[in-house]
Amino acid sequence: MHLAQSISPLEVVLTLLYLAAVAFLGWLGYQRTKTTADYLVAGRKVHPFIMSMSYGATFISTSAIVGFGGVAALFGMSLLWLTFLNIFVGIFIAFVVLGGRTRRMGHRLDAHTFAELLGRRFDSRFIQAMAGLIIFLFMPLYAAAVLMGGTEFLATAFSMPYVVALLVFGIITAIYVFFGGLKGVLYTDALQGTIMVVGMLFLLIWAYVSVGGVAEGHKELASMSDQVGAMKAIGHRGYTATPTFGWGRPADLKPGMPSPYDMWWIVFTTIVLGVGIGVLAQPQLVLRFLTVKSGRELNRALAIGGPFILLMTGVAFTVGALSNAYFFKHEVVRGQLVSEMPADVIIKKVPGKANQTAQYTLMHIDTDSPPDGKADVDLIRPADPADVRVLDDGRVEVRSRASSIRRAVVFDQVEGAWMLNADSIIPTFVTSAMPRWFKIIFLLTLLSAAMSTMSSQYHTLGSAIGRDVIEPIMGSPPPGSNRTIYTVRVGIIIGLIMATLIGYYGRGEYIIPRATAIFFGLCASTFLPTFVGGLFFRRITRPAAITSMLVGFIVTALWLVFVKDAEAGSIGLVRWFTGGANSILAGYDNWPVLDPLLIALPLSTLTVIVVSIFTRAPDPLHLEKCFAASAPGQSAGAATSVH
Amino acid sequence: MFGIEDTYVSLAYLLCILSALLCVIYGAINWNRGDEPVDSADVRWATRQQQETTEEL
Repeated sequence: MHLAQSISPLEVVLTLLYLAAVAFLGWLGYQRTKTTADYLVAGRKVHPFIMSMSYGATFISTSAIVGFGGVAALFGMSLLWLTFLNIFVGIFIAFVVLGGRTRRMGHRLDAHTFAELLGRRFDSRFIQAMAGLIIFLFMPLYAAAVLMGGTEFLATAFSMPYVVALLVFGIITAIYVFFGGLKGVLYTDALQGTIMVVGMLFLLIWAYVSVGGVAEGHKELASMSDQVGAMKAIGHRGYTATPTFGWGRPADLKPGMPSPYDMWWIVFTTIVLGVGIGVLAQPQLVLRFLTVKSGRELNRALAIGGPFILLMTGVAFTVGALSNAYFFKHEVVRGQLVSEMPADVIIKKVPGKANQTAQYTLMHIDTDSPPDGKADVDLIRPADPADVRVLDDGRVEVRSRASSIRRAVVFDQVEGAWMLNADSIIPTFVTSAMPRWFKIIFLLTLLSAAMSTMSSQYHTLGSAIGRDVIEPIMGSPPPGSNRTIYTVRVGIIIGLIMATLIGYYGRGEYIIPRATAIFFGLCASTFLPTFVGGLFFRRITRPAAITSMLVGFIVTALWLVFVKDAEAGSIGLVRWFTGGANSILAGYDNWPVLDPLLIALPLSTLTVIVVSIFTRAPDPLHLEKCFAASAPGQSAGAATSVH
Repeated sequence: MFGIEDTYVSLAYLLCILSALLCVIYGAINWNRGDEPVDSADVRWATRQQQETTEEL
C-alpha cells in the first residue's frame, strides 16, 4: 500500500485547513494580545468556556483517548473508576479545593512555574531546582505517551509505517510548540477543546449504534467473558466485570501460575489511583490555576469542565471496552485478499528473554478498492472457516470474530515482527467501525488533544531546566542576556528528542498508559504532600518539604527499578544480578504488580508530617508573605470589561 | 443498571455521570460567587508572565 493511496486529497486539505486555522488564531491572539496574562494585566475575565476548555484540553491528551481507551478494551469497563476520579478529583477537588489557594499563593509569591511555586513557598532554591530536575527528566515519558497516541492513529488509519507517522505527528506538534503553543493563546485552546468535544460525542453515539444500543451493547460485552484469553489467569472476569479481588495466592493454585488477583492490583493501583490522584500534582495543570482572575471563574469553568472530562475519558473508556463487542460480533471486512501468511505474532514482550509469541495466519486485505473505500486491514484469520467467504467478484468477506486485542495486530519495525498492541485498538476501531469521513475528524480531535497538551508539557519541561534548575544554580542572568531563553529552548529540544526516541523504541503492549501512569504516580508521590501541605498548613517546614520530596522520589524510583515487574524488567538491573527474575519480590504474589504510589505516597505524606513536628516552625514573616492578602491594586478593569 | 450486571462497574458508570452533574450544579449555584478584585500581586504576576512569554517567543 502506497502512502498516496491511503490519504485522500480532501483529507490533506482538511488537515492543512485546520493547521491554518490554528496558526491564524494564534496570530490573531498575538496581535490582539489575548493571552491569559494579558487578560489579567487588563484586569479582565477569561470567559469560563475558554478557561475550562483550556484546562480540559491540557488535561486530556491522545494518551487518555488512544492509550487509556486501548487499555479499557483490554481490561474492560472497570476503568470507568478512573473517569470518576478524573472528574471528581481532577476537576471538582482540583477546582474547588486547590484552584483558588494555588492562584492566590502563586500570585503573592510571583511564581511562574510549579517548581518555583514550591521553592518560594518553602523559601528554598534547592526545592525549586530538585523539582525542576525531576520534571525535566521524567516529563518526556508523558510527552512520549502523547506523541505515540497520535502516531498510532496516523499509522493505523492512514496505513503509514509507524516511524513515518511518528515523524509526521512529531514535526507538526513540534512546529506548533515552537511557533505559538508557548503563548497559550486562548482562542486556539477553545478551538481545540471544541473539536475534541464534537469528535468524542460522535464517537460515543456511533459506537453505541454500531453495537445495538446502550444496554444491548453492554449485554453483548458481558456475554464475551470467555474471550479474555490468557488474562483470565490474572483475574479478568469479563469486559463488564470487576477483576477478581484478593491478595496473595489461593492454596489450590498450581506452581508457576500467576496470581488470580494481579489484574485487580494493576487496574486499581497503577491505572485508576496512579493517574486519578496524580493529576492533582501535575505541573502543567497547576499552572493553569495561576492564569485565572478569581474564584468565580473557577466556579464557572467547573460547570463546563466536568461534562468535558466525561465526554473525553468516559467516552474513550466506554468505546474502548465496547470495541470488543464490535470486533467480535459486528465487524465485517470486505476487500481484495492481498496475502495470507503464517506469522509468529508477539503477544507479550518479555524483557531480556525471547518474546512470548503465538502462531497465527495473517490476512492482509486491501479494502481501498471500491466500493467501501476504507484503508488496508491486517487481521488474524478467524478460527471458524465459515467466517471467511469468497464473494462473486473475487473479493473476500471476513467476519473477524476477535476480541479487540487480537484484532489490533501491527508490524513492529524495531522487533521486525508482528505484534498485538493495545495502543492500536482505538485507531483500529475508528478505522473499521466509523465512516471514512470521521477518520479526518478524529485525526483533528487527536491533533487538538496532542497539541494542547504537548505545548504545555514542553513549556513546563523547558522552563523546568531553564528557569528552575539553571537559574538557581548559576544565578539570574545579567540584564539583556538571552541565557535563560536559550536554556529553555535547548530543554524543549532535548525533551522532543527524548520523547521521539521513547516513542520509537518503547512501542508495544500498552506502553502509552504505562508511561503516563509512571509520570503521574511519580508526581503524586514526590510533590503532592508538599504541594497540598504547603497550600493549607503554615506549620509545614522546609526540611519536611525536602525530605518528603526525596522520600517520594527515591521510593518510587527504587520500586520501579527493583520491584515493579514491568518497569524493572525493562530496566533489567535485577535480572542482571539474579540472572532470571525481573523483580526482587518475584516470588511474592501481587507485590511485583503493585504501583509504587501505594507505598511512596503514604511514606512521603508521613514524612512531611513527622519532620514538620520535629523541626523549627517557619519564619512568621515568610508565612505572612505566603498566606496574607496583598495590597489592593489595579481593579477597575475587572468590573467593566467582559470578554 | 445500564445492562451491566456487575455492581461496582455499574456504580462507576453512574458515578461518572453524577460527578459531572455535581460539577454542573456546583458551578451553576456558585456562578456569580467568588469574584475578587485584581490586586497588586496579580498585576505583578501577570506582567512578569507577559514578559517571559514575549521573551520566549
